[in-house]
Amino acid sequence: VSNEFEPRTERTRLAVAGARSATTAALNDRPRGEAVRSRIFQALIMLAVSIALIGLAALLIDAFVEGEGRLSLNLFTEPTSRDADGAGFRTAILGSLWLIAGVIVLVVPLGIGAALYLEEYANRERWWNRLIELNIQNLAGVPSIVYGILGLAFIVRGPLSLGFVIAAGSMTLALLVLPTVIIAAREAIRAVPPSIREGSMALGATQWQTIRHQVMPAAVPGILTGVILAISRAFGEAAPLLLLGAATFITADPNDPFSGDFTALPVLIFEEAKQAQPELRELAAAGIIVMLAVLLAMNSFAIWLRNRYEQKW
Amino acid sequence: MEARDIAASGPAGIPRRLEAPSPRYGEKAIYGLLALCAALSVVTTTAIVISLLGPAFGFFQEVSPGDFFLKSEWAPAQELFGVLPLVLGTLSVVLWGLVFAIPIGLGAAIYLSEYAQPRVRKVVKPVLEVLAGIPTVAIGFFGVSLVTPLLQDIWPGEFIGGPPGFFNAGAAALCVGLMIVPIISSISDDAMRSVPGGLREGAYALGASKMRVALRVVFPAALSGTVASTVLAFSRAVGETMIVILVAGNTPNLTLNPAEAIQAMTAYIGVTATGDIATGTIEYDTVFAVGALLFVITLVANLISIRLVRKYREVYE
Repeated sequence: VSNEFEPRTERTRLAVAGARSATTAALNDRPRGEAVRSRIFQALIMLAVSIALIGLAALLIDAFVEGEGRLSLNLFTEPTSRDADGAGFRTAILGSLWLIAGVIVLVVPLGIGAALYLEEYANRERWWNRLIELNIQNLAGVPSIVYGILGLAFIVRGPLSLGFVIAAGSMTLALLVLPTVIIAAREAIRAVPPSIREGSMALGATQWQTIRHQVMPAAVPGILTGVILAISRAFGEAAPLLLLGAATFITADPNDPFSGDFTALPVLIFEEAKQAQPELRELAAAGIIVMLAVLLAMNSFAIWLRNRYEQKW
Repeated sequence: MEARDIAASGPAGIPRRLEAPSPRYGEKAIYGLLALCAALSVVTTTAIVISLLGPAFGFFQEVSPGDFFLKSEWAPAQELFGVLPLVLGTLSVVLWGLVFAIPIGLGAAIYLSEYAQPRVRKVVKPVLEVLAGIPTVAIGFFGVSLVTPLLQDIWPGEFIGGPPGFFNAGAAALCVGLMIVPIISSISDDAMRSVPGGLREGAYALGASKMRVALRVVFPAALSGTVASTVLAFSRAVGETMIVILVAGNTPNLTLNPAEAIQAMTAYIGVTATGDIATGTIEYDTVFAVGALLFVITLVANLISIRLVRKYREVYE
C-alpha cells in the first residue's frame, strides 16, 4: 500500500511539497557535527571489521606463499627426516589420524550421553545437576595446556600409567573437546520440540524408547555438526601433546593406539616453525596448508550437514 | 493429582493402578549410564585439581609461597623461583592483545548487529568465526614469518625501547588479539541482537541518530554480554600456548614492554614439561605450581563470564 498522497490540483501539489520540505527540514535539523561524527563512527567500525578480515586473509596468504614451493604429494608419502628437502608429514598425519580416531570413539558416546542426561533426565532443581552444568561450562574454558598436565599426571603416569602412547593423547584430547560436544549436543537435543516427546509418551513409549526413536533421529545432524567442530579443534591442538610425549623425528609409522613413538601434524609443524633454517620453515608452511585444507574440508562438511538435514519444526 | 493415582478398573472390577507392567530395569540402567557420562565432567575437574595440587603442594614445601609470588627472578635451574616474570610475561601479551582486540571485536560486533545488511552479516560472521577455528600453531607461524618482521619495519621509535627482536611480546599480542577477536565479536553481537527492538525504535522516535542508538542504547543494554565476551577472551588469551612459545620467546623477563622477549606461564609449562622430564625433581613440580596458578586465573575469569552471560540471558530472553 502506497502512503504517497496523490495531489489532485496544482495548488494542493504545491502545498504538499511545501509542507513536506518544511517537515523534512525541521526533522533533519540536527547539529552538523552529529552527521559528521556518525559518518566517522560508521567508517571506524567498518575499519574494525576490515582489519579482522585482512588479518585472516594475510594469515592464509602468508602460509600459502611461504609453503607453496613445497606442495607436492611427497608431503603425504614421505616420513619426517633430518634432510629437510626430502621430508614429508606421513608419520605425523598418521599419528594425527590415530589420535583423532581415538577421540571420536571416546567423545561420541560420552558427549551424547552427558547431553542426553542433562537435557532429558536431569532435574535442574537439584544442586548436583546445576553443579555438573556449571562444571562443563568451566571445563570448556580451561587452557589446553592444563589438560596436558592432567594427561601427564593421570593418564601417562599416575592412576592409568599408560605411558607416552597415542591412546594417552587421544584420551587427553577427548577430555579437552568433550565440553564442546556436550554443549553442541544439548542445543541440538533442546531444539527437538517437547510435543514430539509427549506424543511418543502418550502412545505408551518409555522414556528411553522416546529418546532412541524420536529425539535422537531428529537431533543427530546437530550433534554431528558439534562433533565435527570438536574434532577439528582436537586435530589442530598441539599444546597438550607437547606434554604427552609427541616426539618430533619419528620415521616409523604408528601402527596401533598403544604405539609409543608418535608425533602429530600440529606438533611437527611447531617443531619445524621453531627452527631458523629456511627449508624447515618452508616445510612448516606447507604442513600448515595441509592442516588448513583438512580443517576446511571438515568444516565445510559440517556446514553442509547442518543445511542439508536441519529440521524446521 | 499424580497420574499413577488415577485408578482404572481391572477385568474383575478391582481398581488397578496405572503402572508399567514391568519394573523396567533397563530404563534405570540407561539412566544410570547417562548420569555417569555427565558425572565424568566432575571427575575431570577433580582430577585436574588433584593432579595440579599434589605436586604443587610438594613444591610449596620446598619453596615458600612468599618467594614464589613476590620474588622477581625465575630461573629454576639456579633455584630462583619468583613467578612474577612469568605472570607479567603472560599479562604483557594478554593486555596488549586486548588493547588490539577489544576495539576491533566491539566495532565488528556493532557493525554486525546494527549496521550490516542481513546478506553481508550472513557471510561476515561465519568468516570471522573461521579465525577462531584456525589452529594456534598456524597463527604462531604467521606471527614469526609476517607479523614480527612487519613490526620491526614499522616500529615507531626508540622512546619505548626496541625495535623488537626476533622474539617479542608485541607481535605475540597482535596474534593472540587476532585469535580472540571472533570471541569478542561473536558473543557481543549475540548480546546486542538480543536487545529488544523496541528500545531502538524508542530512541529513533526521539530523533536519535544511528550512532547514538548503537552507542547509547544498544551498547549499554548489552554491556553484561560484552563484558562477558571480554573476560572469556582474556581467559583464552591467558591459556594460549603455541603462539606465545613461537612468537614471544622463552626468556623470563619482568616487563610489560611489547618490544621485549618474555616467557609466558603457558610457554614455561610447554617448554619444560616436554615428556622426558623426571618425576619428583623440583623442576617437575614447578610445572604443576605454574599450572595451578594458570588454572586458578582462568577459573576465576570463566566463572565471571559464565555469570555475566547468564545475566544478559535472564534479562532479555
